[in-house]
Amino acid sequence: MPSPADTPRDSNSASRANGAELVRFDKVTKRFGDVTVLDQLDFSVDTGKHVTLIGPSGSGKTTILRLLMTLLTPDEGTIKVDGDYLNHEERNGTLAKAGEKHVREVRKKIGMVFQQFNLFPNMKVLRNVTEAPVHVLGMSKDEADQRARELIELVGLSEQLDKYPSQLSGGQQQRVAIARALAMRPQVLLLDEVTSALDPELVAGVLDVLRDIAHTTDITMLVVTHEMSFARDISDAVLMFDRGKIVESGPPDKMFSEPEHERTREFLSTVL
Amino acid sequence: MTWDWNVVDDFMPRFWDGVLLTLQALVLGSLIAFSLGLVWAIAQRSRFAAVRWPVNIITEFIRNTPLLVQLFFLYYVVPEWGPSLTSLTTGIIGLGLHYSTYTAEVYRAGIGGVPTGQWEAATALSLPRSRTWAAVILPQAIRRVVPALGNYVIAMLKDSPLIAIIGALEMFGEAESFSNETFTFEAYTIVGIAFILIAYPASLLIRLLERRLAITS
Amino acid sequence: MMTEGMFTNYFLPGIWITIQVTVFSALLAVVVAFVIGTLRTSRLWIVRFLSGIYFELFRGTSSLVLMFWLVFAVPLMFRWQFVPMYAGVLALGLTYGAYGSEVVRGALAAVPAAQREAGVALGFTKFQRLRRIEIPQAWPEMVPPFNNLLIELLKGTALVSTIMVADMTYAANLVRIGSNESAPVYTLLLVLYFVFAFVLTRGMRVLERHAKSRIGQAPPRGDSLWSRLTLRSNAGEGTGALTAGGTSR
Repeated sequence: MPSPADTPRDSNSASRANGAELVRFDKVTKRFGDVTVLDQLDFSVDTGKHVTLIGPSGSGKTTILRLLMTLLTPDEGTIKVDGDYLNHEERNGTLAKAGEKHVREVRKKIGMVFQQFNLFPNMKVLRNVTEAPVHVLGMSKDEADQRARELIELVGLSEQLDKYPSQLSGGQQQRVAIARALAMRPQVLLLDEVTSALDPELVAGVLDVLRDIAHTTDITMLVVTHEMSFARDISDAVLMFDRGKIVESGPPDKMFSEPEHERTREFLSTVL
Repeated sequence: MTWDWNVVDDFMPRFWDGVLLTLQALVLGSLIAFSLGLVWAIAQRSRFAAVRWPVNIITEFIRNTPLLVQLFFLYYVVPEWGPSLTSLTTGIIGLGLHYSTYTAEVYRAGIGGVPTGQWEAATALSLPRSRTWAAVILPQAIRRVVPALGNYVIAMLKDSPLIAIIGALEMFGEAESFSNETFTFEAYTIVGIAFILIAYPASLLIRLLERRLAITS
Repeated sequence: MMTEGMFTNYFLPGIWITIQVTVFSALLAVVVAFVIGTLRTSRLWIVRFLSGIYFELFRGTSSLVLMFWLVFAVPLMFRWQFVPMYAGVLALGLTYGAYGSEVVRGALAAVPAAQREAGVALGFTKFQRLRRIEIPQAWPEMVPPFNNLLIELLKGTALVSTIMVADMTYAANLVRIGSNESAPVYTLLLVLYFVFAFVLTRGMRVLERHAKSRIGQAPPRGDSLWSRLTLRSNAGEGTGALTAGGTSR
């Protein structure tokens, strides 16, 4: 999906071969008042990979997702998505704060599912999913409708098209939210503790849908979750966060079975 | 004291004229207050301080100074630079402008009551700002502010006699001129009761609406 | 031209009258608000009913119409004449007292029932409970909406100019006629009202801090510059009492 923001300079972004770097954090620092949530963070995610962030609450995992979604802006450092700076623009060889238009273009490559679903309560299920494709991507009403129905079927809610979010269970709402995010055809899907607000018996349905998406599509995923078995199932890599830094990373089998770092062992013993 | 029904009969035709004018002022004044208040409220959330500050100062000033003096200002000062307007038009603009600063607060509270997650979801979907306002925020905000807006219509009703002071003969103005001509008290009394008779059922209606909205949301 | 003489001869006495009308009607309104507000929480339905009638009656009344009725209809009906200023004070005090009673009622209702029960358990009389337990706890809740009402009342005092009370609005009208210049006169007048409202708000903020510290709550701190300058303590709150709904919160 080429986007106007792709400049020739980023020749690698045109070919979306697996393995190309899709997201890159470069010395990113984020503070809230006196608290440094992210400290000179470097990390990257390759196209098609599923990366899970784990760590104690307050360790900065969600902040990473919110920075990527431009719900927050970094205090220092740069973030690149598909070769383009997210919060910056190159002007005359120097980096300057990006304009609204630039941010919007780069951001279109990213989709997000929130802990609290954040469905639009004033719109029925179908319109929640078609609203952005029609008004952001300029898709025709019919096409958006058609695609939305497919996605809603994918998450198993074809019966609920004409309901308002308040008429659905939490698990159903979250599945609609997943369909809504996918409808924008993002290259990266951010999942921010998507099952934390759900009653225990509803968690499995949502995770099944996500497993399905992870295994059958080539979408890149960045996941913050406390569901460790889910993380193990879908992840290519797991990053352990503590106090704004990555303390350890590796493939899930190694991370969960034989973690090297003391903090990782401590953390896993509390959640497993 | 002797209540004279003949006086009442004499006054009634003018009373109805006045009621008509009161309602006219109320409807048009409300329309101005509702729409201008929304403009203020959105401007108060602008990204640009150069928009926010003047709007904040203007609305704060208008809200905290008397409507009566504002009506004098519109009636005597504005024609010195601009067009002369009739008493009624001036009164409607004055009522609408004054109450727009109250409805702005109502909208502001309504907009502030929309959860942050809604703004975030709109950002995550890259919805343009105008679309976010029109399709996501305002539909949710306005629903919950309807009763509060209704309350200000009633408040405006009770302030509507002020436009008689600059010469627009609504209910109270008719009563005043009638009483001055006839040296009687019945007209004032009737108009005073009329205000209560309109305001009370209206406020009951709004309380009912409040309860309905509280249940469904 | 508006001269200095016009200011000292008309405006200054007018300012003094406005202050007097504001203070007297605010005092009357506070008395009415507390009496009607507490009666509306009574256990006896007849007391609640009668005080409720007062509330509905005066909340639906336009203060301007009430003023004219007191000044022009009452003498014809009862052969007894008001001093115009007292008619103005009475009309403002009775109507704003009705709005205030809603504030008092709401704040009293918000005091946890357990507090009343504790008072009962300690053998306090109903009046003692009200005076020593319920009102002191409800008072900090009342101050911000009272501030909003006080500013509404201040604005309402301009109405007395229409019944020949020589307040500052009345003075401004005289000066306009005398000087034939309206823009500077009314601009000055609006600014005066705004300054008065600002001063009242500052005073009420002090009162609020004092009230909260007395029941051990942290004093509120206005953080942003705007929240220091704004004249409303809590937008929307208290204005509900002014209008009609009254079912705020």
